Amino acid sequence: MEIGLNHYLVLSTILFTIGLAGVMRRKNLLLLFFSTEILLNSVNIAFAAISHYYGDLTGQMFAFFVIAIAASEVAVGLGLLIVWFKRHGNIDLETMSSMRG
Amino acid sequence: MFEAIAFYLFAFLTIVMFYITVTTSQALYALTALAAGMIFISAFFFILGADFLGAVQIIVYTGAVMAIYAFGMMFFDTTRDVKEKKGNKLIVVGLSTVAAILVVLIFSAPMISTNMIAFYPSIEGAGNTQEVGMVLFTKYLIPFEVAAVMLLVAMVAGIVLAGKKMDLSITLMSGAEIEDIKKDQDKKVLS
Amino acid sequence: MEKYLYIALFAPLVSSLFAALFTATPKKQFVGIIASLFIFTAFVSSSILLTHILNGGEVVHVEMMTWMATGDLYIPFGFVVDQVSVTMMMVVTLVSTIVHIYSIGYMDHDAGFNRFFSWLSAFVFSMMVLVMSDNFAGLFIGWEGVGLCSWGLIGFWFHKEIATWAANEAFIMNRVADLGMLIGIFLVYWNTGSLQYDIAFAAMPALETSTLTWIGIFLFIGAMGKSAQFPLHTWLADAMEGPTPVSALIHAATMVTAGVYLVIRSHELYDLIPNVGLSIASLGAFVAMFAASMALVNRDMKRIIAYSTLSQLGYMFVAAGLGAYWVALFHLMAHAFFKALLFLGAGNVMHAMHDELDPFKMGGLKKPMKWTFIMMTLASVALAGIYPFAGFFSKDLILEVAFVEHHYIIYTVLLLTAGLTAFYSFRLIALIFHGEERYKLFGIDPHEAYKYMLVGMSPLLLLAIIAGSFKISYFEMVTNLLPEIEYHIHHPITFWIMTIGTQLFVIAAIIFAYKKYANSNVKVPDGTSAMENSIGYKILKNQYYIPYAYEEYIVKPYRELSSLFWQQIDMKVVDATVDGIAGVIYSTGERTRDMQSGNLSTMLKWMVAGTVGLLSLAVVFGLAVRHSDEIFAILSGLGA
Repeated sequence: MEIGLNHYLVLSTILFTIGLAGVMRRKNLLLLFFSTEILLNSVNIAFAAISHYYGDLTGQMFAFFVIAIAASEVAVGLGLLIVWFKRHGNIDLETMSSMRG
Repeated sequence: MFEAIAFYLFAFLTIVMFYITVTTSQALYALTALAAGMIFISAFFFILGADFLGAVQIIVYTGAVMAIYAFGMMFFDTTRDVKEKKGNKLIVVGLSTVAAILVVLIFSAPMISTNMIAFYPSIEGAGNTQEVGMVLFTKYLIPFEVAAVMLLVAMVAGIVLAGKKMDLSITLMSGAEIEDIKKDQDKKVLS
Repeated sequence: MEKYLYIALFAPLVSSLFAALFTATPKKQFVGIIASLFIFTAFVSSSILLTHILNGGEVVHVEMMTWMATGDLYIPFGFVVDQVSVTMMMVVTLVSTIVHIYSIGYMDHDAGFNRFFSWLSAFVFSMMVLVMSDNFAGLFIGWEGVGLCSWGLIGFWFHKEIATWAANEAFIMNRVADLGMLIGIFLVYWNTGSLQYDIAFAAMPALETSTLTWIGIFLFIGAMGKSAQFPLHTWLADAMEGPTPVSALIHAATMVTAGVYLVIRSHELYDLIPNVGLSIASLGAFVAMFAASMALVNRDMKRIIAYSTLSQLGYMFVAAGLGAYWVALFHLMAHAFFKALLFLGAGNVMHAMHDELDPFKMGGLKKPMKWTFIMMTLASVALAGIYPFAGFFSKDLILEVAFVEHHYIIYTVLLLTAGLTAFYSFRLIALIFHGEERYKLFGIDPHEAYKYMLVGMSPLLLLAIIAGSFKISYFEMVTNLLPEIEYHIHHPITFWIMTIGTQLFVIAAIIFAYKKYANSNVKVPDGTSAMENSIGYKILKNQYYIPYAYEEYIVKPYRELSSLFWQQIDMKVVDATVDGIAGVIYSTGERTRDMQSGNLSTMLKWMVAGTVGLLSLAVVFGLAVRHSDEIFAILSGLGA
């Protein structure tokens, strides 16, 4: 059967849901970052699909830049995570509540 | 036909992999599943005819990003199981589903309408890589350069954050000074 | 001429403000002297204006500035000096000057000396505003002002609880009456469209009688409060808690006459409703008898004089009610002189007897206090109405009015009251100045008042004696404004029988009083004699138990009601609602504080929830915008 844009969008939605659930659920900071990656990837799929079905390269460009940004984000994020780990000894979200209101 | 099989197969695999990433209690499994998911997503890009993007996905995401995560894992005590609080699953899943649907609806609403003008239409005959190259280095030059600068900054930041003894510059010291420092370190270890 | 008006009006205000600068400092004599000088200036200006009006001059009418000009309502600060108001001004400023001078001596040892003069001058200013104003609103301002200053002066010694209670009673009773007056003023404005005297009174003949009756009744209710007519009379006797100069100025000469002034000023109204006038006259006659009866047995010197004032106010209302406005004003003037003199003399006696008020504990004071004795006796003679003193010309004239207008019951009541008046006045004189020197039993050593106080009182004495001779010129002047009605009894025989008969009756009462109280058998009553235990005595002594009735049946239930409202409604409902609202807000804040737990996971969940909410709103509104035409059609279909 014909795979249309809708299929890809549905797939993207499912992946986005999974990613969001992971962001909300995870207590370990590293695993939280993993969930963020899932989010970004689902969006990339959507961009690429739309770009393909409309014959426009804008979507692919956007996905390209998203990848670049995700990479740099990982670098900086992990660096921060390491600093935190050295100072506190664990990366459990439950312990990071110094900003409570 | 092939396309349909490929799509459903990869879709199924991707969803399963990402589900494992989100729900497992072992960090190592999560990492592995994430890496696998990335590869399968690149498969999607190839199906969609975005060859360049698919290659970039494998190299950057699966190669570089996952490698960084793997290095990061070495710092943390990953043998322990990650403790998870008993959150309300219904809230989490429900919220995320609704959010996802809404986001997609909103952003695709203009597209469900009839008129859609392609800004940078693909040129027949050229391969995907050439097309990407043509657009990237003409219309998207400035974002490209800015992204480059940003990557540089990220790199420097990563080194500064993770490195130790950054105040000493070993390349600028003479050999005798390096010996002195080594002796100090030994003294500390012995005493 | 306008400048004299303004001087007469504002000199007391300047005096009051000047004295007010010194209220926090100890007594300084120059404060009293300068205050008296200011009031004397006002008196001189009033006299100049009086001469001007007497010589047939133009009525002085100024509009100082606009107070309210909103919509159809226009009320200016306007002042008029016509024949009626100039008479009042003269009386007020003269008595005020004398009282001020007297107070320098009377309040000599009082710590609140400066404050006293501030209040006293403020009172004079309010009274001037009252009598000089040319519209009902200005009248009301002065009305309230004198009520306030009277409160401050009655309760001058505020450390004494009974003084503050009396002050509150006076003010609150006046306030109750002021409600009636306000309704009357509102009715005047509503029906005539203006509060200016000339415009309102010109429009009144066109109104229905029932409307005019209501206006007349309500305005008189206000007059009842100020002039202490029954049933709002209890405050006057209790107001004697204030210093004696206050009683002299306010409760003899000025404030209590404000009610009479109101009726006189509104004579054009009351001429149109003679029925209301008759009921005013009847009430006045009743009060005259009522007050005189209470004064017969009282053992408080100032209260006797207060009841005497009340009685004479009844006389004035009889005259005003029967349409003899100029007679009422004349009696007001004469009464001011001799009653103020009586009060000031009583103040001398009080000071000499170290604030003792029971005349039974005095006696034989004519030797150490000769001048006070002479003044008080002559004032009492004037009060009794003996020819040729001032009281004869005014009081007997009122009796003639009643007779000529064929109100024989009122005439009889007033005649009997005249006898009673003479009796109790001379009872007081006899007990204080004649007979044995009972004060020696109590170890008091009396001395006469300061010379300058006596000198200050002497103009009043002079006027009490000769004021009758002003009648003709006064009549000619004041009837330019008031109705010119001369009261003649047609048969000369009837006239002479009446006059001589009244005089004989009064003189007989005086002799009876002297016989009973000026002999040496008078002892201080100690509650055991037969007379004291008789029912009549007890009823009169307790003021017909009216204050008791007010306390039991009005004050106490009202207090219960107030306490109920406070505890049940205010605290439990109003306060609870306000606190409840605050509590709800506070607890909402407490509960939503958990949103900021610092736990990244929770905060991420909240973030997603918020995003979902906002996105839903965006979708809904976007759809509404897209299909706005259809939605509009549906909504208007619903409305129709």
